[in-house]
Amino acid sequence: MRETTPSVRPRHAAGASSRGDGLFRGVILALALAIVVVFVLALYQLVAGSLPSIERYGFAFLFRTTWNNVTSEFGALPFIIGTLVTSFAALLIAVPLAIASAVFVTEYAPRWLAEPVGYLVELLAAIPSVIYGLWALFVLKPLVVQLGTWIFYQPWIVQNPSLKWLVPSNLAGLGLLTAILILAIMVIPYTASVARDVIRLVPQDQREAMYALGATKWEVIRSAILPFARAGIFGGVILSLGRALGETLAVTMVIGNDPKIVSGLFNPTATMSSIIASEFNEAVNNLQRSSLIEIGLLLFVISVIVNYVARLVIARITVGGTS
Amino acid sequence: MNPILRARQVNIYYGDKRAVRDIDLDIAPNTVNALIGPSGCGKTTFLRALNRMHDLTPGARVEGTITLDGEDIYGDVDPVSIRRRIGMVFQKPNPFPTMTVLDNVVAGLKLAGIRDRGTLLEVAERSLRQAALWDEVKDRLNTPATGLSGGQQQRLCIARALSVEPEILLMDEPTSALDPQSTARIEDLMSDLKKDVTIIIVTHNMHQAARVSDTTSFFLIGDLVEHGPTDQIFTNPRDERTESYVTGRFG
Ligand SMILES: Nc1ncnc2c1ncn2[C@@H]1O[C@H](COP(=O)(O)OP(=O)(O)OP(=O)(O)O)[C@@H](O)[C@H]1O
Ligand SMILES: [Mg+2]
Repeated sequence: MRETTPSVRPRHAAGASSRGDGLFRGVILALALAIVVVFVLALYQLVAGSLPSIERYGFAFLFRTTWNNVTSEFGALPFIIGTLVTSFAALLIAVPLAIASAVFVTEYAPRWLAEPVGYLVELLAAIPSVIYGLWALFVLKPLVVQLGTWIFYQPWIVQNPSLKWLVPSNLAGLGLLTAILILAIMVIPYTASVARDVIRLVPQDQREAMYALGATKWEVIRSAILPFARAGIFGGVILSLGRALGETLAVTMVIGNDPKIVSGLFNPTATMSSIIASEFNEAVNNLQRSSLIEIGLLLFVISVIVNYVARLVIARITVGGTS
Repeated sequence: MNPILRARQVNIYYGDKRAVRDIDLDIAPNTVNALIGPSGCGKTTFLRALNRMHDLTPGARVEGTITLDGEDIYGDVDPVSIRRRIGMVFQKPNPFPTMTVLDNVVAGLKLAGIRDRGTLLEVAERSLRQAALWDEVKDRLNTPATGLSGGQQQRLCIARALSVEPEILLMDEPTSALDPQSTARIEDLMSDLKKDVTIIIVTHNMHQAARVSDTTSFFLIGDLVEHGPTDQIFTNPRDERTESYVTGRFG
């Protein structure tokens, strides 16, 4: 202690720690501001890059269906539809599977099985997209071709001229269905692991209350556990949706990247991220590049809106004081 | 009168540890029966054996026989059907927070497959009246159950348990989390209820046991020390350990 008067000691100590606090607060504030700055800069870059296409097409860009780099006509609708359809269809498949896996792991599996299964599901989230893409090409694509052949090449369809339009022109296995399936697999772990955690947090007294009314195990799960955990599970679904909306590489590898509004489960189309990934480097002119950037901006906006709506929903369905 | 519930040589174990020892107990229909004793003596453990709640606790094991109307509840029966006949109210009010008041009350009926709205409303009103809650909630049946006060929530849980018309209602310290007023309401309830249902209640409150019950069983470290009419247990116990407990000398 350098101070001579003892009465200063506590004040000195307080001074040192509050100086440390001040420094710490400054650093935290700077980091927080840096995040805001990066966010604003990114948004600014997107808007600035989109300007040529915004000036050219205005609001109508969202609803234009042509994407033609020969005639230099661009519009975002096929990709907006592609992104929304693949993402929500993938969720439709993934969410029930994810919840089922969470219920299995928490309520049914013996511990020696629950641990490894839970771990494996989480591991799915750590696999790089490109691996999923390759796996989809090698495994899913042939399966989709088989399924398509089986469905459409029934004699009564092929031999009937009035039904012939049903048959996809090209059954290469690259298209909407393959993209949906691979996305579904990729987004399962987010919902599954969040659902597992929130189901574990459902208080024992909720389960017992339902059992005491004469419920079977399944009824307890359906009527007590899942409703109680629903806000948390929905949060997991939103994580999955975020992943699905933004997933680029695996989808680009299997969706066919045909810039047309999707016309069938087995037909190729494109999503917002897949069209950016597949065309940006070969963009033939400024307008195309700018249109691609604007699609990026729209994807950003859609993601923000989805997250905002999700927050509202979660706040509405949250059980008082929990999750 | 023939007992509705009969326990013979009931032993309950958690793993290797015996928590309840050689209990013999008869419960007459349409009575209120208090289980008292110091903390950790096995009241909850015994109570939960009566509706097979221990099936849910890994490692818990019940030996001996417990019969309901002469039928062994650990025999060749579905525990689910036993729990429909023996309802339970827990220490902490546990309404289903995502359901409305009405849905909470009729949750057990819906499990039983009753869907008709008229029937559900009718039973809900009857059960809520039995639980002395109807007047307070009749205008908010469709609001979330979590909006009720703690005392109201506990009465809601009682109504929920009563809605499936159980023969026996088990209550584990149902008023320990409540204020004196709510406690008094629930105590008043019990004497009204016993014309419909047999009640077994665990309580730490001697006055409550004395006020509401017809018989009292005194537990001590896993043993049933004494069981008898409540006035006798409180005024003239046979065992001196019972006497020192009810007079507040230990526990
Ligand atoms: N799930 C359990 N696993 C292992 N031991 C348990 C379990 N539940 C209770 N016990 C033990 O069994 C004994 C009886 O417990 P019990 O909960 O039945 O007592 P209680 O009479 O209800 O006490 P209180 O008045 O505090 O509620 C205690 O020694 C307790 O530690
Ligand atoms: Mg207890």
